[in-house]
Amino acid sequence: MSTTTAAAPGALARFLDGDVWHSFKNSPMAIVAALIALLCVFCALFAPWVAPHNPFDMTSIDLNDARRPPAWMDGGSAKFLLGTDDQGRDILSAIMYGARISLFVGVASVLVSMVVGVALGLLSGFAGGRTDALIMRVCDVMLSFPPLLVALLIDGVGRAMFPNADETLAFGVLIVAISLTGWVQYARTVRGSTMVERNREYVQAARVIGVAPLRIMFRHVLPNVMGPVLVLATIHVAAAILTEATLSFLGVGVPPTSPSLGTLIRIGNDVLFSGEWWITIFPGLMLILIALSVNLLGDWLRDALNPRLR
Amino acid sequence: MSALVQVDDLAKIFDVSPPWLNRVLERKPRQFVHAVDGVSFAIRKGTTLALVGESGCGKSTVARLLVGLYEPTRGRVQFDGQDTAALKSSPASLRNLRRRMQMIFQDPYASLNPRWKVLDIVGEPLREHGLCSGLESLRAKVGELLRSVGLAAVDMEKFPHQFSGGQRQRISIARALATQPEFLVCDEPTSALDVSVQAQVLNIMKDLQREQGLTYLFISHNLAVVRHVSDQVGVMYLGRLVELADKIELFARPRHPYTRMLLAAIPDIHMSGSSRTPVQGEVPNPLNPPSGCAFHPRCPHANARCAAERPAMIETPQGVRVACHAVQEGRL
Amino acid sequence: MTAPLLEVRHLRVEFPTRRGTLLALDDISFDISPGEVLGVVGESGAGKSLTGAAIIGLLEPPGRIAGGEILLGGRRIDNLPYEQMRAIRGKRIGAIFQDPLTSLNPLYTVGRQLTETILTHLPVSAEEARARAVKLLQETGIPAAEQRLEQYPHQFSGGMRQRVVIALALAAQPELIVADEPTTALDVSIQAQIIALLKRLCKEHGAAVMLVTHDMGVIAETCDRVAVMYAGRICEIGPVHEVIHHPAHPYSRGLMGSIPAMDDTRERLLQIDGAMPRLNAIPKGCAFNPRCPQVMERCRSERPELRDARHTRAACWLHAQEADS
Repeated sequence: MSTTTAAAPGALARFLDGDVWHSFKNSPMAIVAALIALLCVFCALFAPWVAPHNPFDMTSIDLNDARRPPAWMDGGSAKFLLGTDDQGRDILSAIMYGARISLFVGVASVLVSMVVGVALGLLSGFAGGRTDALIMRVCDVMLSFPPLLVALLIDGVGRAMFPNADETLAFGVLIVAISLTGWVQYARTVRGSTMVERNREYVQAARVIGVAPLRIMFRHVLPNVMGPVLVLATIHVAAAILTEATLSFLGVGVPPTSPSLGTLIRIGNDVLFSGEWWITIFPGLMLILIALSVNLLGDWLRDALNPRLR
Repeated sequence: MSALVQVDDLAKIFDVSPPWLNRVLERKPRQFVHAVDGVSFAIRKGTTLALVGESGCGKSTVARLLVGLYEPTRGRVQFDGQDTAALKSSPASLRNLRRRMQMIFQDPYASLNPRWKVLDIVGEPLREHGLCSGLESLRAKVGELLRSVGLAAVDMEKFPHQFSGGQRQRISIARALATQPEFLVCDEPTSALDVSVQAQVLNIMKDLQREQGLTYLFISHNLAVVRHVSDQVGVMYLGRLVELADKIELFARPRHPYTRMLLAAIPDIHMSGSSRTPVQGEVPNPLNPPSGCAFHPRCPHANARCAAERPAMIETPQGVRVACHAVQEGRL
Repeated sequence: MTAPLLEVRHLRVEFPTRRGTLLALDDISFDISPGEVLGVVGESGAGKSLTGAAIIGLLEPPGRIAGGEILLGGRRIDNLPYEQMRAIRGKRIGAIFQDPLTSLNPLYTVGRQLTETILTHLPVSAEEARARAVKLLQETGIPAAEQRLEQYPHQFSGGMRQRVVIALALAAQPELIVADEPTTALDVSIQAQIIALLKRLCKEHGAAVMLVTHDMGVIAETCDRVAVMYAGRICEIGPVHEVIHHPAHPYSRGLMGSIPAMDDTRERLLQIDGAMPRLNAIPKGCAFNPRCPQVMERCRSERPELRDARHTRAACWLHAQEADS
């Protein structure tokens, strides 16, 4: 009456054997999107080593190099593959460093959103009653504000409160601002899943054993509701990066000493009509590339994790 | 033998009213469901009481009331001579109560956390009640528990989805037995299983009862299974207990018209061909139970009193408890 | 001996998956005579619902018929194009599924669904169709049939809905009804009503029934013959009384012995150790051999065919020996 005596495979073996990896291997779009995203992330993470120049090192910039077009146009040079901006900074390097900032702010905001949203969603779904009603009303109120306005508001308040803020604080305020626009999605999704899981028999079994409600919430319910959260987070990263870019474009995002892709786009925007298109277009393209590849990955992940489509 | 579990006038009323706004705008009244409406019974140590009935009769609610998943609206539950309401007031005694009383659920697929290893699932009660000192002793105990239900110790490294329905139910039993409880509430433990798997699980449950002196409350809608496992049987209808008797007495001489109807209605493999009394009607909506005796609209022996007055539980000389006017008046 | 209504010959159904092709039904053969009630019983994974689905032509892709034939009234129906199959389904074969809630369209009245079915398959006028619909509802024991025609499925209780589904299945006067677990979702007292109704109506309308279920009690009450399925194969087939009381195949014996009965006095139920093999791990030879208390060497390598065994036909080498000796 015993079951098979083969040892249970390890986590990696199970993953490689599973439907998610199989679906990934068979989806050219997912593979391409993943590769592009990985490339962008790699460049961004290792910018100091990968970038040909350091555009923020004052000593390496020469005003004589300013406004050079990309290498394939005449007037360009191989030293600056995508041209230079009005200060003589290499666009390619600036994009890599800019992507670094954008990704950092984007991912950090998503992480904060996720933690806050998931926690509130769990609490709301598990506790029910008045707590649930209260949190959901807060969500409704937050959703009635346009996300950008919320970010602007918080940012403005932050600046007013800390006029001489240093860089870290400025980043902090920005990340908080963007997180606050996104947590509601997580809260609602998790609340729905929690309400379903709460009535499942394994949760009842834990209650009968005498496990404390908080422990049930985090150890039993949370692992089972994280699936949709991961999909949301992936897609949300793109949205967060775009929000940050917009804020930086408007001049109220990252501090000017650490320009992100949005800042670069703004800088280039001013000189767009004088013919130096490369200063704004290439950062723009990079932004689109990152957002698109992350979005496609998110789409694939959602379909791969959807049990009904398998 | 003294009663391990004593239940007196247990009741649970659920408020299923429409939301406040709807009630105000549409002038809808508050609605209540008397899921359990005054149930009393006692279970002797080492025996099995089965509760049978159709959907909406409240047997699952009784199970959940006993293990503390619901709070009773009225009535008293006594465990080993002590009132559980008093025990629940102090965390230490509540903990002790939980250790002595466990539950097995119906759905083998939903009663185990799909993301946890079997080791953690079966080990959770051990951890929770501090019955193990360290990982090694935990693994040893879990292995022993798995072996006692006919699985292998190496199964503790696997996940629930790697097991069949019958095996999962055995894991549930192993988990329920981890704290060496005295009382097990089993809510339709074999209803979702195939017949041959059901036989395995029922045999294991009987063996364990004999070896460990366990007391069971067995909920089921399958009368043949109930006849096989129980010592005493209680028949429920719309939240009320209509008959409570020793198994042999109930199956040989059913008193209540509903019990008779149920027994006559079961398709049985060895009794096919015998003539069947036609069965009337369906279970009424619990939101709107009939007045007086809940069964009177379907009862061939109902009279005016049955429609007006709810019958009280009486005890016959043979020790059978029935709630029926016709029985009391000697018409049946 | 009248010609059989339904003939299934060496039917094979497979499911291509990325880990290989799974054979869900492996060489199934049986007949149903006109007006007969055949039960198909088995545990989860035995393939009984698939058999019903294959006959109605409602196999879910990627499942497909990989071999064998299904003949209705002497003509093949397993290889028909979609449109022709659609005409047969409903007209000559009616279907009753397990869940009455999802079998009926919640957006249309019961009357509309009935008359629609009647009009699709029978050359009658709209008034005639309505009259037939009322008559059908009355036959299935629904009181105040005329008024209830205008009601929606959610206004009926579970048992009533299943009666409507039965009426719907009989509406176009089919020759064969395939019923897949028609009473499993119902309360015990309603179950009894519904199976009595099914049996009576099918007899009156002259329809044969293929009743797929895991509940032997229901089979005992309703069927003339029963086929016991295991791991995608039929292991025993014969008259109901014989299969229940004198099962020839060890699996059938184990199955009958593991069911608690109302006149049972045993302390322990008969137990078949182990579990039904998964589709990707069906043993060589006889599929039941790892669990069989009477296994022989031959069983592990050669697959037995259905052969006569006293009162039934069983796929077991035990009876080959008897026949030879």
